[in-house]
Amino acid sequence: MTPTRKRRLTLFLGILAGVSLAVGIAIYALQDNLLYFQSPSDVIARNIEPGQKFRLGGLVERGSVQRDPQTLLASFDVTDGKETIRVEYQGILPDLFAEGQGVIAHGRLAGSGQFVADDVLAKHDETYMAPEVADALERAGHPVKKKLSDSETVASGGR
Amino acid sequence: MSEATTSWQRIKVWFHRWGSPAWFYAASGHMIPWLWAGFALLALPGLYLGLFVAPPDYLQGDSYRIIFIHVPSAWMSMMIFALMAIFGLIGMVWRIRLAETMAICSAPIGAAFTLITLITGSLWGKPTWGTYWQWDARMTSELVLLFLYVGVLALYESIEEPRKAARAASLLALIGLVNLPIIHYSVQWWNTLHQGNTIRLNLAESSMDTSMLVPLLLLVVATKFYYAAVLLARSRSMLLHQDQHKNWPRELLVAD
Repeated sequence: MTPTRKRRLTLFLGILAGVSLAVGIAIYALQDNLLYFQSPSDVIARNIEPGQKFRLGGLVERGSVQRDPQTLLASFDVTDGKETIRVEYQGILPDLFAEGQGVIAHGRLAGSGQFVADDVLAKHDETYMAPEVADALERAGHPVKKKLSDSETVASGGR
Repeated sequence: MSEATTSWQRIKVWFHRWGSPAWFYAASGHMIPWLWAGFALLALPGLYLGLFVAPPDYLQGDSYRIIFIHVPSAWMSMMIFALMAIFGLIGMVWRIRLAETMAICSAPIGAAFTLITLITGSLWGKPTWGTYWQWDARMTSELVLLFLYVGVLALYESIEEPRKAARAASLLALIGLVNLPIIHYSVQWWNTLHQGNTIRLNLAESSMDTSMLVPLLLLVVATKFYYAAVLLARSRSMLLHQDQHKNWPRELLVAD
């Protein structure tokens, strides 16, 4: 390699290293602000004030979904395995909303410690399965997430 | 001179030939039909298996089939950006014109794949998550990738002299490389709405049914052939356009 080329190569790799370092530090500093949602443990650890808007994320606790038969009001527990927060939501839940499935709710804490959601999104996980495989897993005693209509019958009929 | 040195010399000579626009124009012309054939042979069975043969997902039903377009496009959007930066670096350091051409010609292809990724993801997001768009880390960083591609092209267009323009655009591509690990690791570093990676390097650990994995992998390889074919075709026409008053195009076309 000629000296000129070597100098250019060092220069450009140096620029790349410098920019990576700068971006790395910026991302590290902004880490908390880049969180798309807070888990129930985060909410309790950070003492989030009632009325402050944020996104709560976690799994819908099995057997916790209650729906008002007259209105669109639904309530359910969101858990991360350690802490649990009760969520109230008035509106249409997404198709993939299910017990045991991930959700992200946007809203705020009410004074009672309940979370009042303005918006509920279903969080999809990275598993893709054929329905027959899911059924086989279920029969073998591994609970698989189910759509709400199915899980409601499971909840009322006992498991 | 030993046998090894002479064959090394031969490889070097062969490699240097690619630097000649006339040689590149002729050689790539022979390769492009084969690349298109490879694309068709992988993409057609991949799409058939993915859209008609693979079973529906246990939770999402048929809407998950968008993955057969979304994931190959997303991977291409990142791979092409990395290759564009590498071609650009070679162009900037060694001042090889063909490397500069290939870097610039990669940008519109990569931008198209990025746009397809964002659109298919958004269409899938509505029935699955309940929203077309959220500013989570994965989606935002992929959108930044689209802006970087557009920036590379805009910078190239804004400078008159093509070789200077290509080097300026290459520098932006090199700096934009920082975004690729952010896109890839965004789902691990932060809580995101977007799910984690389904496909692992070790395929046995991938959380996907084999009947779905096979068409997906066929399309992943098919898109590489597509990129190679389009990249060579674009580079040829760019060289031909820039060199229209030189001798080699006339000689080639007259010989034909």
